[in-house]
Amino acid sequence: MGSDVAFQELLQPEFRGKKLTDEINTAQDKWNLLPAFLKVKGLVKQHLDSYNYFVDVDLKKIIKANELVLSDVDPDFYLKYLDIRIGHRSTSAPGTKEVILPPHECRLRDLTYSAPIYVDVEYTRGKKIVINRDLEIGRMPVMLRSNKCILDGLSEEKMARFDECPLDPGGYFIVNGTEKVILVQEQLSKNRIIVEADEKKGIVQASVTSSTHERKSKTYVVTKNDKIYLKHNSIAEDIPIVIILKAAGITSDLEIMQLVCGSNPAYQDIFMVNFEEAAKLEVFTQHQALLYVGKRVKTMRRAGAPKLTQLQEGIEAVATTIVAHLTVSDLQFREKALYIATMARRVVMAIDNPKMVDDRDYVGNKRLELAGQLVSLLFEDLFKKFNSDFKLNIDKVLKRPSRASEFDALLSINIHSNNITQGLNRAISTGNWSLKRFKMERAGVTHVLSRLSYISALGMMTRISSQFEKSRKVSGPRALQPSQFGMLCTADTPEGEACGLVKNLALMTHITTDDEEDPIRKLCFVLGCESILTADSATMHADGNFGVYLNGTLLGIIRYPNKFVASFRQLRRLGKVSAFVSIFTNTHQSAVHIATDGGRICRPLIIVENNKSRVNKEHLRKLLVGEWQFDDFLKHGLVEYLDVNEENDSLIALYEKNLSDNAGQQFTHLEIEPFTVLGAVAGLIPYPHHNQSPRNTYQCAMGKQAIGAIAYNQFRRIDTLLYFMVYPQQPMVKTKTIELINYDKLPAGQNATVAVMSYSGYDIEDALVLNKSSIDRGFGRCQVVRKNTVHLKNYPNHTKDILSGKRVDENGAAIFQHEAIGTDGLGEVGAKVTNGQIFVNKHVPTNTGDVVMNHNPADQPMESYRETPALYKGPEPSYVDQVMMSVTDNDQALIKVLLRQTRRPELGDKFSSRHGQKGVCGIIVQQEDLPFNDQGISPDIIMNPHGFPSRMTVGKMIELISGKAGVLNGSLEYGTCFGGSQLEDMSKILVEKGFNYSGKDQLYSGITGECLQAYIFFGPIYYQKLKHMVLDKMHARARGPRAVLTRQPTEGRSRDGGLRLGEMERDCVIAYGASQLLLERLMISSDAFEVDVCNTCGLMGYNSWCTTCKSSENVVKMTIPYAAKLLFQELISMNIAPRLKLGDVF
Amino acid sequence: MPNDIVGIEYNRVTNTTSTDFPGHDGNGDYAWDIEKFKDSFQIDIKSVGPRTANFDLVHIDTSIANAFRRIMIAEVPSVAVEKVFMFQNTSVIQDEVLAHRIGLIPLQVDPDTLQWVDKTLPEQEQYTEENTIVLSLDVTCTKNPHAPKGCTDPKELYRNAYVYARDLKFDPKGDQMQKYANAPVVPCDPDILIAKLRPGQEISLLAHCVLGVGSDHAKFSPVCTASYRLLPVIDITQPITGDDAIKFQKCFPSGVIGIDENGQAYVEDARKDTVSREVLRHPEFDGKVKLGRKRDHFIFNVESTGAMSPQEIFYKSVRVLKNKAEYLRNCPIGQ
Repeated sequence: MGSDVAFQELLQPEFRGKKLTDEINTAQDKWNLLPAFLKVKGLVKQHLDSYNYFVDVDLKKIIKANELVLSDVDPDFYLKYLDIRIGHRSTSAPGTKEVILPPHECRLRDLTYSAPIYVDVEYTRGKKIVINRDLEIGRMPVMLRSNKCILDGLSEEKMARFDECPLDPGGYFIVNGTEKVILVQEQLSKNRIIVEADEKKGIVQASVTSSTHERKSKTYVVTKNDKIYLKHNSIAEDIPIVIILKAAGITSDLEIMQLVCGSNPAYQDIFMVNFEEAAKLEVFTQHQALLYVGKRVKTMRRAGAPKLTQLQEGIEAVATTIVAHLTVSDLQFREKALYIATMARRVVMAIDNPKMVDDRDYVGNKRLELAGQLVSLLFEDLFKKFNSDFKLNIDKVLKRPSRASEFDALLSINIHSNNITQGLNRAISTGNWSLKRFKMERAGVTHVLSRLSYISALGMMTRISSQFEKSRKVSGPRALQPSQFGMLCTADTPEGEACGLVKNLALMTHITTDDEEDPIRKLCFVLGCESILTADSATMHADGNFGVYLNGTLLGIIRYPNKFVASFRQLRRLGKVSAFVSIFTNTHQSAVHIATDGGRICRPLIIVENNKSRVNKEHLRKLLVGEWQFDDFLKHGLVEYLDVNEENDSLIALYEKNLSDNAGQQFTHLEIEPFTVLGAVAGLIPYPHHNQSPRNTYQCAMGKQAIGAIAYNQFRRIDTLLYFMVYPQQPMVKTKTIELINYDKLPAGQNATVAVMSYSGYDIEDALVLNKSSIDRGFGRCQVVRKNTVHLKNYPNHTKDILSGKRVDENGAAIFQHEAIGTDGLGEVGAKVTNGQIFVNKHVPTNTGDVVMNHNPADQPMESYRETPALYKGPEPSYVDQVMMSVTDNDQALIKVLLRQTRRPELGDKFSSRHGQKGVCGIIVQQEDLPFNDQGISPDIIMNPHGFPSRMTVGKMIELISGKAGVLNGSLEYGTCFGGSQLEDMSKILVEKGFNYSGKDQLYSGITGECLQAYIFFGPIYYQKLKHMVLDKMHARARGPRAVLTRQPTEGRSRDGGLRLGEMERDCVIAYGASQLLLERLMISSDAFEVDVCNTCGLMGYNSWCTTCKSSENVVKMTIPYAAKLLFQELISMNIAPRLKLGDVF
Repeated sequence: MPNDIVGIEYNRVTNTTSTDFPGHDGNGDYAWDIEKFKDSFQIDIKSVGPRTANFDLVHIDTSIANAFRRIMIAEVPSVAVEKVFMFQNTSVIQDEVLAHRIGLIPLQVDPDTLQWVDKTLPEQEQYTEENTIVLSLDVTCTKNPHAPKGCTDPKELYRNAYVYARDLKFDPKGDQMQKYANAPVVPCDPDILIAKLRPGQEISLLAHCVLGVGSDHAKFSPVCTASYRLLPVIDITQPITGDDAIKFQKCFPSGVIGIDENGQAYVEDARKDTVSREVLRHPEFDGKVKLGRKRDHFIFNVESTGAMSPQEIFYKSVRVLKNKAEYLRNCPIGQ
């Protein structure tokens, strides 16, 4: 791990002011569990875990599920997949990682970072059974830092040899040279019953989305006219609940009543009517019920499949379509019947008590879908397609009656191997996930990893996108859920349409992967759970009996739920059960829920016993000296993971002192560190607990736009657009999160000395005053590098694109356009490129179609080439930073030229502090004009004090005081959330160093030299330079290009477009009555066009000739907008004749 | 409180300006008299070092004192690198950044030995031996074959791994060899790190140094900073004794307040006060002490970048001001 070196720091004899010999105080030092957690888990462990699970476990399951390929023609033929491996052969040494090239080379050369997929197959060749190992069926994109990636487990030094940044979190793919992230998707949990009520319509419904490998379907149990029905997409009509239960084998009305209502008379009253309905329909037996269901099934059978009887259809429906995630074997429907009965019971309960509904937005009802799961879905689809293509292929061969040689199926398997590779690549690079078997079409699954700054890349890796539509105006899914606490960052969400729908993971979270169900099921029975198959229906809902649900499916009943839960947890803490299996009691439903499914968010907490933390000094000492790691805490049962549901079953103390203070309460857990409610991006904010909450949210958005260091390999990268800060500094006021996420190593900002005062009037509306000398000395200086790609193509007629050298004038000096290029036709590294100059002198052959006799390009005369150079366009010159030449997959030359600009701050550049306080530079002032204090210090930035009252960013003020104290004291201070350096201590330092306690200094005016009448709040604040710079936005036009169709000026800066006088502006001009201005702006300056109008017919002619009247008698010239002329012509084309009637104005 | 004292109160500064007539209070002679000024004006030099100077200007108007400060920062000419001609730069540091860093290095050149560059001339003729000094920097990093085994320090492992300001070499043109025979052109601080190199990397450049002023670019400013503060005044209006006196003493930096044998606090040296106003926070001293600053007592602190001595910078600022006054006097409007 790259953080190894950073972790070594932790083990130094003196780490961050703390010696190993210092006394360990559990209350303060338990936070060391957090770096330990991050060391083990990394910042993007959720992605890596899920990908690792996919390649190691899930792939094998997929292979198992689709292991046989049979032929319709030859019954003797079979091919069976035995095993699958990614990146290594069965023969290769352990630890081998076969990847195409190191990741950075893939980035530079526009390749896909992938590893071969090897399978072992067993198949028949003639009469023989052959086993073939290590057959490559395609290439799988490899997630960086996953266990298939060569970077996994490398030291910082080795990482450097691969040109890779050790601080880069990984967790993304490189497809065709671009870094692609599969965002975490949030959705409602699968295979769980969700009860909802629509109070207006009086409908209660319980629904379950069944998801299996083969299909996805949704089953509803709904009320309609106070009766309960089962609804399913593949059944044409709603089935009365009693009938479906009878069809599922519960034929006795008594038993149905017992299963749905138990002995509760209120429930019984509600449910009673449903029996009537079944009786009216004369359905009494299972046979009748199955027929009833069978009759209503929508049959969607493939052609050629045998037709089923209605009874069979009914059985089929109950067995496979309804609640599809429960598998039925040997027509044993009881499990399914009970599931439907449970759904009905939940509906009845919700009718009886409207509060018994579920909350869709509750985080415990959500599951997160990660890269591994999504790639797994895609791969299975592609693999199935691969197999069916293969089958078609061999069928074709086997059909031929006489084959000359013995048929070897392997020869035709490789034909399709490109399909898997291409399919995976295409899906990841476009983000379109189309899965045939689920009829799923999802766009925008993947995003290009934003490399604006280290934080923007990191922020992207923790992002969670919701499946909700952005346009819907519902507030529920967007609201901050109390159950988000500790799981999802409370501050980091975008503003605007995606507000609340896009979330971010908190710092110390883990997302579970699927765990085996079977061992848990067995364990439940061992712990005294009575199976539903043997339990009497009458006792099912008896008072005091609790149902045990495993992943939402009723498993059995238990008499003593507390004991059951306690012993289950005991076993989990002992490590006998996976740490990520959660168990909790729901007293309202009289249920014990056990969850082993993947996608649950959980977080570690310290276990508390008898109001005493299980973690003690000795444990922390072991952690500090490196004897123990985080997993040891887990292993020893000191710490455990809780998911949202189990959290609800616990009482968690925030601080250790709470344990002793509230002796009356029985705490079960202790928070490791309260600041982990925030995520990585919000963790940059110093003193966020002193800020108004929206400000923290704004900073989360802006922190991602800050220019700074990107990665250790930033100068080796060739990205479309990169921003670097020339002299980035780590903040004076840090947070613990900053250290944990290494923001202090890759910072994005500078510590500016700020004076909070008004100055010059150019600082109103959040504008900032900048000190010119500071800028001269390098404050806010940044570099912008832009990539320009040129391909040299080969054409089928053996001609190819060429580069040609520079052209010179009679003195031998290069012509202006070619000043930046060398004799090879490429920009010279270090050369200045100004507007209109060429940096790649590419020539394309004029004839690319016909065959040219001369194959040698050197012999081609220059006339047969057309110049298509790469021209530089921009208001400011750039310098050539790097030129890369390489070859792509298909043997074309690939040239990348990186152009660099170094920019100093100018008027209008955007800056922001870490408190959501952005501002543009309003004026740049000479140093001597700026105020100065007793020490002669003048500010780098002057900020207007009006920024404070309405925004209430008190954290910024405290940052200033802490920063100032730190500067004077020679220390870095902390502004960690819910902690950090105390304001009082900071003031004390200020006073000790001869400053005022409040951080306000007496300043002298630089202009008059006199004392200012107010004391000025003066000190360092960390300022970020944001990517929005005037140079990229400035735009004006007098005349310029016009659109072809309308002849109106083009739109947009990139096309040198005009500035639109829009509708509202037009309204103003009309209201003012400036008609001539209106005429000028809207027609003369835009698309004035002279037409010949025939006053006889009112139509347009040309050349003073009316083609309609065949005369030039009444043809008049007039000026109208070209758009109007266009409209007339379009109307004419629709058989509508707009006629112009002209009259005299005066 | 006398009129020449700026009042330092808990949350505001009072009496910051003199009257509209510089140097005078409301009840006196309004005429400015050179003799009177000569009598009263005072310069106390507290310390003068090669890099810093600390001196007091007493009984002078704020505008004049401030003018000196402003001129020292922005208008006293000095020499800095203006143009860099890059022949080879294979280091990680980009050309612009390297040039910027070299530009900011203070050089030990007497600005009086150079003439101003005439910007009106065509570019090829602008730079001559009279107005330009050429420095060269040619460094190549190589492996040190004698490096001890297992060593990780780049200084040991490689030669020229660090490029310092001292590596800038004076390249005399024309008669500059004689002109600067006694005072070779070197960076004032030889240990400024310019760049870091690794074997195979090379920097080769020429730098043209010219005369300039701080208002054009901060690199031409001859001072790190030049500024002044007003002399603090502490006025104990009621006796402070006992524990209060000790507490009172602690409200100031050491040496400001003394306690006499009676346990009474007295002002020992107000000049040492940093005017932290800590004393005003404590209610027990309410009304017992008045803080202020003397409005016409300027404690100057001039910190040179090294090219010139601080006193020379101050003299030059006086000269610039004088020239300005002269210029104004010769303007038609003054006659």
